[in-house]
Amino acid sequence: MSRIRTAALVGNPNAGKSALFNALTGARQKIANYPGVTVERKAGRITLPSGEPAELIDLPGSYSFDTTSPDEEVTRRVVQGEFPGEARPEVLILVLDAANLEQHLVFAQEVIAIGRPVVVALNMVDLAERDGLILDAAALEQALGVPVVPTVAVRRRGLDELLAAVGEAKMRTDIDGGEAHHGFNLSLPERRLAAKNMARGAILSETSERRLHAGLDRVLLNPWLGPVILFGFLFVMFQAVFAWATPFADALDAGIGALSDGVTAVLPAGLPRDFLTQGVLAGVGSVIVFLPQIVILFAFILMMEATGYMARAAFLMDRMMQGVGLSGRSFIPLLSSFACAIPGIMATRSIADPKDRLTTILIAPLMTCSARLPVYAVIIAAFIPATSVEPGIGLQGLVLFALYVAGIVGAMVVALVLRRSVTAGGASGFIMEMPRYQMPRLRDIGIGLWQRAWVFLRRAGTIIFAATVVLWLLLSFPRAEPGESQVDASIAGTIADGLNVVLEPIGFNREISLALIPAMAAREVAVASLATTYAIDADNEEEEAEGLTETLSGRWSLPTALAFLAWFVFAPQCLSTIAVARRETNGWKWPIFMLVYLFALAYVFAGITYWSAVALGL
Amino acid sequence: MTLENLEAGTAAVISSVDWSVLAPEEGKRLRALGLDEGAEIKVIHRGVFGGRDPLALTIGRMTIALRRAHAAAMQVEPA
Repeated sequence: MSRIRTAALVGNPNAGKSALFNALTGARQKIANYPGVTVERKAGRITLPSGEPAELIDLPGSYSFDTTSPDEEVTRRVVQGEFPGEARPEVLILVLDAANLEQHLVFAQEVIAIGRPVVVALNMVDLAERDGLILDAAALEQALGVPVVPTVAVRRRGLDELLAAVGEAKMRTDIDGGEAHHGFNLSLPERRLAAKNMARGAILSETSERRLHAGLDRVLLNPWLGPVILFGFLFVMFQAVFAWATPFADALDAGIGALSDGVTAVLPAGLPRDFLTQGVLAGVGSVIVFLPQIVILFAFILMMEATGYMARAAFLMDRMMQGVGLSGRSFIPLLSSFACAIPGIMATRSIADPKDRLTTILIAPLMTCSARLPVYAVIIAAFIPATSVEPGIGLQGLVLFALYVAGIVGAMVVALVLRRSVTAGGASGFIMEMPRYQMPRLRDIGIGLWQRAWVFLRRAGTIIFAATVVLWLLLSFPRAEPGESQVDASIAGTIADGLNVVLEPIGFNREISLALIPAMAAREVAVASLATTYAIDADNEEEEAEGLTETLSGRWSLPTALAFLAWFVFAPQCLSTIAVARRETNGWKWPIFMLVYLFALAYVFAGITYWSAVALGL
Repeated sequence: MTLENLEAGTAAVISSVDWSVLAPEEGKRLRALGLDEGAEIKVIHRGVFGGRDPLALTIGRMTIALRRAHAAAMQVEPA
């Protein structure tokens, strides 16, 4: 008897596969991409009743082996043993939603017909019972010809029985000496009819269906109430992101500061110490302060997904997004990008269509994220007078609003252009199942949050770390002569001289060119690096901003300041975003495309702003 | 009459589908969800803006969202 090395979960979307996967494997999961595609591979360990461990993989939800998306294609190829480098699973755990049997049995027949050992997990039997549906697992077992185990993943019911059946399924194949079942290739209408009959045969009793579900939809999808509730919810979400994240971000900031002070106290002055404090700690610190925002935002997003509300939000916003060639699925990722593009880009995983998803990733950095605010605040305070245009409408606020609008309009235009060029065609439109409402399980949300935070931190630990070290090297070498400023003498200073030639026509001076280099780590670093460049000594950030406001208003012209603002609407000055885009698109092609087009837009629009302002005599 | 014209709350049977006006992927996805000739459906919600797009309908115990453009390809008969 050979032992089982791999088993796989297969089933329709919304069958509760992920909850079952979490219940079977716990929090220790390995997440990666399948090679060559942007489909997530989730794997974990299970222990069979015999005491032997095996790998369990959670395959993407599918409606059919006649595939319509890269996700479904991965499932088909893995199950049929055609995915290079991926072991063919020895046992398939077919997950069926007990309350949606008739639909799920259509794909189930296709899976069983392959002839691999199959165990059916008749999942969410409790929800089916809540909906007044009592099922006969034995009847279903007879009809399908494979073992059927009733489970409730979120309550850990039926898990031992399921693992026992998995162990036996393999053993039986060994005894049979080959393929366990021989399926017939039925056509889709035939499978549908068979599914209907099997589902009817398995239902012991059925009462009125899904009252709670329909009632909730009547309110949440109501043409008038629905959008009001959605925007109310999103308002709370944004309040939370900004209000709750601040103390944690401040604490992280203080922690990094304390660590830096500690290093300063322990190590003698010199390059190694500067490397640790100004390079490593400052660089990673400037990125890590976004973690609280990202985690809070993702807590809301995962909650929306787990309850089933995400699909409703997509439904409500679909018409609006259609206008720019996207679907309602893109709305929440783009909205999240107003806090930070990183969770926004990671949230695009819920967009089924690959072209829609790519477009959304590419335009996400155009949403005005929170890291731009410190930059905007300093420049607006220095150059825009605090006067009123109309009673109650301040000019400063109006400029800030215009910057937000510029980002949104820019994103819409870019989306329209991309959908007609590089990401044209292929849209499977907006055809989706709306899952039933469910109480979210804290454990599943916790696992999801941990995975997202880990993805971000690993990036902060690798690409971002490497890049900040490079930035530090550029700023620290060669060493300055006594009396000379270090930034001017450094390689970055030399690069700034070159950059200045390019940026001078759009109204930038050498100090700006120099500040833009370290600001590649994160936009808000521009404030600190401008302060360094203008040699402003300050004890805290407020003083720094005040000092900078005064200095800048004396040194920059208004057209230069406006051009600088326009630059930051578009410029992709955020290494974390680039790093996350690389992970989510599985390669360097699209992040580089993103960098190039955003810098080009930034240059053109800063130029237009500068020259218009000069022409207007501002 | 096509599915596109059904008000929320109306039940119907899909009598025929013009697959030629739909992208192949869209057609496959619709068939995979059971939206095919003979399917008994009920429109339960319609969107807020522009022509009340998209639509939500029930088929069996499942709720499916699709756009007017897809619904326009489906001829229906009142149930």
